Amino acid sequence: MRWYIGRRVLQVIPVFLGATLLLYALVFLRPGDPVLALGGERGLPEAVQEQIRAEFHLDEPFLVQYLLYLKGIVTLDLGVTFTGREVTEVIAQALPVTFQLALMALLIEAVLGVGFGLLAGMRKGGLFDSSVLVLSLLVIAVPTFVVGFVLQIVVGVQLGWLPITAGRDPDVVSLLMPATVLAATSFAYVLRLTRTSVQESLSADFVRTARAKGLSRAQVTGRHVLRNSLIPVVTFLGADLGALMGGAIVTEGIFNIHGVGGTLFDAITRGENVTVVSLTTVLVLVYIVANLAVDLLYAALDPRIRYA
Amino acid sequence: MPDALPTTGATRALRTAPRPGQEHVAQPLTEDLGAVDAVRTQDAPAGFWREAWRGMRRRPLFWVSGALIVLVLLVAAFPGLFTSIDPRTCALSDALDPARAGHVFGFDRQGCDIFSRTMHGARASLTVGVLTTLLVTVVGTVAGALAGYLGGWADTLLARVTDIFFAIPLVLAAIVIMSLASTRTALTVALVLASFGWPPIARIARGTVMSVKNDEFVTAARSLGMGRAGILVRHVLPNSAAPIIVYATVALGTFIVAEATLSFLGIGLPPSVVSWGGDISQAQGAIRTDPEILLYPAGALALTVLGFIMMGDVVRDALDPKARTR
Repeated sequence: MRWYIGRRVLQVIPVFLGATLLLYALVFLRPGDPVLALGGERGLPEAVQEQIRAEFHLDEPFLVQYLLYLKGIVTLDLGVTFTGREVTEVIAQALPVTFQLALMALLIEAVLGVGFGLLAGMRKGGLFDSSVLVLSLLVIAVPTFVVGFVLQIVVGVQLGWLPITAGRDPDVVSLLMPATVLAATSFAYVLRLTRTSVQESLSADFVRTARAKGLSRAQVTGRHVLRNSLIPVVTFLGADLGALMGGAIVTEGIFNIHGVGGTLFDAITRGENVTVVSLTTVLVLVYIVANLAVDLLYAALDPRIRYA
Repeated sequence: MPDALPTTGATRALRTAPRPGQEHVAQPLTEDLGAVDAVRTQDAPAGFWREAWRGMRRRPLFWVSGALIVLVLLVAAFPGLFTSIDPRTCALSDALDPARAGHVFGFDRQGCDIFSRTMHGARASLTVGVLTTLLVTVVGTVAGALAGYLGGWADTLLARVTDIFFAIPLVLAAIVIMSLASTRTALTVALVLASFGWPPIARIARGTVMSVKNDEFVTAARSLGMGRAGILVRHVLPNSAAPIIVYATVALGTFIVAEATLSFLGIGLPPSVVSWGGDISQAQGAIRTDPEILLYPAGALALTVLGFIMMGDVVRDALDPKARTR
């Protein structure tokens, strides 16, 4: 087990370096000179340009800039935005909101997805199963932003049950609708995964044994079918946490939430490269750590993996 | 279940033309034995793809999704068949007017005919969806098949590269690249989506190629003196196609959604191109007063995506032997 953990943790390093290098190259190698753009039409004096270039290490070769940026990540000093705020401060403000939103979405999709998936899987081929299956396809087919608008109109405006937008420092109630919207697509995948997994478990030998030794239906379902079916679902949910945080850009835009997605989109449109790279790095880190945690959990649950 | 086995070049040659001494060994069924040592010889194995086609034809969902896809393709190719109104000729005096004769869906905020715009919007979505899927399938299959077939350093390299691309969310990467792009056409959107959308196909192709390359018919082909490249192209790839096709069908739908998301954010196709994502973004401004404007482009988009992912479901059931034995 110790060997497996060591190997798996070491694998994270090239992935992190590769992903950040790719993002850094994409953002910083784009055409155009930020220093010239800063000066506007009149332009800055030659000496000032040189000073700015030296201050932000823009006169260094690309790889040196990237290494300086890595050093900034390690020392938690990511520089300042155009408006002079510390990037770390921007992240510290945006991250908790998005994290809360993603966790709520994860909870919603886990509870509803596993619940419906279990019911559908137990009654394979029935009316409930078929209608849930078609409904899940429909949920996948409708884009996130359309689901968001429809919920805003129906639940927010016409019924008036939930606030339409979240705004600054949102509470759980105002995040309920955005979290549902964010969870929608993944909910359909969790449902389908649980359903298939439950069906496979139902025809497995250990379930037949459990039935044969006289366990009640509820005991067979709860102890044997559900527990064994949840392994792939847990894997999906762990990997989905990263995807939810990165995918919150659209949802946060619709509901006016000032999280990572909203800040990131603003930074991209304003061309604030430092902020863009820093925020995407945080998202990549969340994704890598979530996947690592799931893999280690998986290895702890299933001995076949660590000896493979 | 022998008829679910994949048919290869080598086995097909044996089946169709038995040489002397290689005829079927099973005896024809002469009496009702009800035992397993009798085989109905007239029931020749139909082959993997024909068997899958037989299975699909029986599903109502196949016909529903097939009809949807054909209709959408027709609308995308010849929008003029369905409407004679120019989607870009708009009069502000018509803005937000309800439906009237000749304009069944009414008008949007700019006074454009919504029905015409919905019909003409199909082309942008489908072009991007199909182009991206083609690119992703080719790149992913080549990379995954080479890694799985060669193994060793090629495999390690691909595993690390796909890990890197997996760590960056598709929409996020697309937003970053599209905000840098100077020209924005269907091709650039497809290229951007494809450059971050190929790793899943590569992983699938690698997995199936790795399991197929150890099958008996590959050993048979090698013992007949066939080269490594020949075996990969003639035997391994055709027998690895099923999972790739299944993924590609579903992915087509998700790429259409991704394109609409980018256009909705204003960094996909430019406003001069009529697209569903752009129209949804336009309708967003009048959502409190005239929510029904949103319904038409969003509905068309959802129906199109639904068609492709339903088809993906049917195709998976038909091609996945595990699902078939159940």
